[in-house]
Amino acid sequence: MNGTLVQQLVDGLAALMLLTSFALLAQHRMISVLHWFAGQGLLLAVTAAIVAYGTGSDELYISAIMTLLLKGLLLPWLLWRVIRQLQVHREVEPLLNSSLTMLIALGVTLFSFHMIQPIEKISQLITRDSMAIATACVLLGMLMMITRRKAITQVIGFLAVENSLFFAAIGSTNGMPLVVEIGIAFDVLIAALIFGLFFFQIRTTFDSLEVEAMNAHLIHKDDDE
Amino acid sequence: MSSILIQIIQALLLLLLAPLATGFVSTCKARLQNRRGAGLLQPWRNLRKLFVKEVVIASHASWLFRTAPYVVFTATAIAASVVPAMLVDTPLSLTADVIALVALLALARFFLALAGMDIGTAFGGMGASREMTFAALAEPAMLMSIFVLSLSAHSTNLTTMITHTIHTSFALHPSLAFAMVAMLMVAVAENGRIPVDNPTTHLELTMIHEAMILEYSGRHLALMEWASMIKLMLFATLIIDLFMPWGMAMQATPAALAIALGLWLLKLAGLLLALALAETALAKLRLFEVPEYLSGAFIIAFLGLLSYYMLEAGV
Amino acid sequence: MNNIGAIDIALAASVTAILATCSPLVVRRQQHLRAIMCLLLAITAALAVAAGISGLLGSHGQTTLPLGLPWMPMHVRIDALAAFFLLLIGALLLPAAIYSQGYLRHVKQLIPMVVFLPLFVLGMIGVVISDDAYTFMLFWEVMSLASYFLVTFDHHQAENRKAGFIYLLMAHLAGLLILGSFAVLYAASGSLEFQAMRDAPLSPVWATGAFLLAAFGFGTKAGVVPLHGWLPDAHPVAPGNISALMSGIMLKIAIFGFIRIIWDLIGAGDFQWWWGVLILAAGSSSAITGVLLALQQSDLKRLLAYSSIENIGIILIGLGLAMLLARYDQPAMAALGLVAALYHTINHTLFKGLLFMGAGAVVHSTGTRNMEAMGGLIHRMPWTAALFLVACVSISALPPFNGFVSEWLTFQTALLAPQLGSAMLTAMVPFSAAMLALAGALAAACFVKAFGVVFLGLPRSDMAIHAHEIDHWMKAGMIIPALLCLLLGLLPVSIIELLDGIPQLLLHVSLTESVQTHGWLWLTPVHASQASYSAPVALTGMLIIGGAAFLFLHPKGHAVRRSTAWSCGTPETNNRMQYSASSFSQPMRRIFSAIYQPEEQLHTERRAHPLLTTRVSYLVHVHDLAVDKLYQPIANYVLLQAKRLDRRHQQDIRSYLAYTFYTILFLLALLSVQQSAMEQRNQPAATSQSQPPATLPGLTSGQTGTEVRR
Repeated sequence: MNGTLVQQLVDGLAALMLLTSFALLAQHRMISVLHWFAGQGLLLAVTAAIVAYGTGSDELYISAIMTLLLKGLLLPWLLWRVIRQLQVHREVEPLLNSSLTMLIALGVTLFSFHMIQPIEKISQLITRDSMAIATACVLLGMLMMITRRKAITQVIGFLAVENSLFFAAIGSTNGMPLVVEIGIAFDVLIAALIFGLFFFQIRTTFDSLEVEAMNAHLIHKDDDE
Repeated sequence: MSSILIQIIQALLLLLLAPLATGFVSTCKARLQNRRGAGLLQPWRNLRKLFVKEVVIASHASWLFRTAPYVVFTATAIAASVVPAMLVDTPLSLTADVIALVALLALARFFLALAGMDIGTAFGGMGASREMTFAALAEPAMLMSIFVLSLSAHSTNLTTMITHTIHTSFALHPSLAFAMVAMLMVAVAENGRIPVDNPTTHLELTMIHEAMILEYSGRHLALMEWASMIKLMLFATLIIDLFMPWGMAMQATPAALAIALGLWLLKLAGLLLALALAETALAKLRLFEVPEYLSGAFIIAFLGLLSYYMLEAGV
Repeated sequence: MNNIGAIDIALAASVTAILATCSPLVVRRQQHLRAIMCLLLAITAALAVAAGISGLLGSHGQTTLPLGLPWMPMHVRIDALAAFFLLLIGALLLPAAIYSQGYLRHVKQLIPMVVFLPLFVLGMIGVVISDDAYTFMLFWEVMSLASYFLVTFDHHQAENRKAGFIYLLMAHLAGLLILGSFAVLYAASGSLEFQAMRDAPLSPVWATGAFLLAAFGFGTKAGVVPLHGWLPDAHPVAPGNISALMSGIMLKIAIFGFIRIIWDLIGAGDFQWWWGVLILAAGSSSAITGVLLALQQSDLKRLLAYSSIENIGIILIGLGLAMLLARYDQPAMAALGLVAALYHTINHTLFKGLLFMGAGAVVHSTGTRNMEAMGGLIHRMPWTAALFLVACVSISALPPFNGFVSEWLTFQTALLAPQLGSAMLTAMVPFSAAMLALAGALAAACFVKAFGVVFLGLPRSDMAIHAHEIDHWMKAGMIIPALLCLLLGLLPVSIIELLDGIPQLLLHVSLTESVQTHGWLWLTPVHASQASYSAPVALTGMLIIGGAAFLFLHPKGHAVRRSTAWSCGTPETNNRMQYSASSFSQPMRRIFSAIYQPEEQLHTERRAHPLLTTRVSYLVHVHDLAVDKLYQPIANYVLLQAKRLDRRHQQDIRSYLAYTFYTILFLLALLSVQQSAMEQRNQPAATSQSQPPATLPGLTSGQTGTEVRR
């Protein structure tokens, strides 16, 4: 299916989007997780810009710039600061064996492809092919949240889910209304800030960023009472 | 008849240029490391020296040890002669499609590993064990990335695949990009290059390929070394064929052939330079990170397949 | 047909097998007994081959034997499918019979072997040529029971008895499931004859029931993961010639049954899409699990047994692909997948038979199955080594031998398959091909290990040092399959033409035209521009280049200098410094630790000084997850229930009498209830015909009343 150049570019970016989702899932080191996350933000911005060019909508240009600033630069930078100050460099032993996670991820991708296909048939948009990938990315982000132990990686997983939703929005409806988008962007920003604050709080309270440690603490507390 | 002649010339070129390619990589690496290097022809000089030297064999070695170099060399050479370098449609390309090509290389590897085990030292067994382990992981990744191409070309025949790629209008194919990345990763691993193995290492505990041929000397060693050089050449040519075949000669006219030869050498030089750069920039992986590297290659190839179905195959 | 048809030859083969079984009645001397059995078996095999070939060439036929139950005579029939499997039986039985003449030389107690081996063969031939469910099941059970006695041939060891028991259990479970499948087909057709079953229409639900029962039944018998628990125990403990036949042929008979019931009786028209997926998944998981576990074995025959599981998996991948393609109306491609599976079936028969014969020779000559005690046998047993190497190369799917042809055909089926019904299925097919590639590459690693550890390097024990070469009978028995391996690797086009009757029978398409477009030299499954492979050309090329290199390089006249191997400068290497079987597979153990869950114990003994290590022991145990997680719980549950029952038994005589008393009472009650129910059913039926409906209620109640009083 050789569509226009715009469509080819969007398709290529969608493939890269999928790659970044897998890469996020496969990384062990915090800093490389962050790099891939920033890369994903960058990809999103480029996609938005290209779709904007393809459809000629000015609003999308603005959201592209916003995405670039927020998801490509600001959020990664914030998270990087948190990581540096909290001295967490490596994801400890992931919950599942990494190759098993990858296999599950492949299965999930295949499944979402299977599910989305009927929808794609209806859509007339230039970006419809990327729907399946966007769905897969959402699921992969959730998978990341499930399989990781550290709170920070879980937050990155959450943000990746948000990224994929944004991608889906561009793909399925040529972007949301600008007002909605700005609202979401601020929500995400504030969520990230709050997460950042929480990390410090959690760290000082539990001496660890591992979710299990918190659970253990909670149970322990219950026992005490 | 002329196509048979070209076929023979092409095969000979592959065999004869192989040491030069290896020499080219090491010269590039030397330059990148601010050394002068031994020169392009050094591998040739090494081979010539080895061919005239006396053979010394370990006392327990069996007939298998002495036949293995010939099997390894011939299997690799046959595999190389099947790969089109200049002319797309060569008579021998019917002999083996891509899968058979991979199997021929596997045959060479099988005997290489057996030869490693024959002498009964720890090194040989270690090399054989590691080689077979990593090859087992590399092979699916390699086939997967080939599948991506053969699915769109509906063929595993190299000639048809190349023709298909040349004739499709140039477009962005994310699946091909994935497949190519995976293929490059596998090629590095299969040829025992950094970051998987170090062809120049002399530290026994980290080596794979060298460990298996440790006991070889004289002409046997020369054949083994030459085979591994041919393999590097073969992989480079294969990657060119599969992913950037533009400019290859469809008809056996002198002009087309000349252009094809020039372009082939140019692309080859580019790929080998990239290899030299990668080898200089990267550090060798820990042994047990290699499986992760290879499964990464497999995942990328599979992503290529998925994105082929999702984005390109059409609904 | 007036002249002798394939069916007559096949019946003659069965008769020879029966004669062999009866030979102990006539012959007393052990030596003569052995010779007669081997001779008769060889004749049986030759007849089977003749019947198979003539059947494949088109001599079909059927007949009804005056045997069996009075109302149910035995129907036998040869079609292309049966003929192919007859050929397969004969192709391995012939060399195995010759091999047995040498192998059984030192066996003391021959009688069980002489009785049960021909019975086993008879069972297999009978299953293949049967044309009704009764005959099929009869011979199936003959095969299973006879093989049980052969597995427990060395019944003095408890381990063998246990393996035999598990085998018997699983074989009967399989038999029961297959019987269930036939029952479903019988219910649909009302006849036990295959022709009626073929013609009877099946509702999707019944078809699914029959499919599932048959798939699980034959899957159990073929050792498909996770139903394979019995196989790695049973195959190794049998004598070498029996292991060869069991792994080489008996597993294939299960494949035959699978094709017979699912492809032939249920028919390709009734396939549902998930059947193919199920078989494909079972095949992929068997292939991967089988080879991964094979890699970790240090018992040579156990390694081969696990590798059989892998190969059954490869066959099922081909069959599963074919089923999917048949479902989506791609008969030509489905035929390709089917032929690939059948090709692999006969390939596996040949090389696994050869491998087990080789392993038998090695075990015979060293007295152990433990690979850690072998090594360097290539010097002591050059013939065995060379023949074993041929089998190793073949099974590792390397050109120019036969294993590669069938795997290549399977790859082609997967790759050239057009779009299937849904995208998920379409993407699954290349994935299964990648799994096949992984299995193939792992198999190569596995057989480098097997050959390398057993035959290469230095001897690891005294037994290995004193090993001796096998006799001519055994050699001859191993040379035949080795040559066939090469032949099947070189002439795939002719073989596929020979097999062409089977896709014609099951799918009504012929492969001949597309396969031989370029003559016998070039194998082109669909079209030369899509894929082609020519083993003869590759082999010729290799011989020319290799010969030229050898002539050019090899100096004549002076011997090669030999020296000690490099040992990092330490004085000398010894046999304990080599890589062992478990060290060879250590990287795999680490990479796939999630699957293996290895239990490792490293024990280092240091005396006097912490730096002076005196003794290191390393023990590793690799789990077969299916056995641990599936069989063990079931076995434990059964044992628990048995214990409970046992407790009830520990009472005095009066309680036993009481049990008997209650049982009799219960049975009597049951009987009376049943009787009344039956009469109740009969009466209204009888009356409703003769009497007008209005009077019916009163009549029936009156009848019931008398019944109760009585």
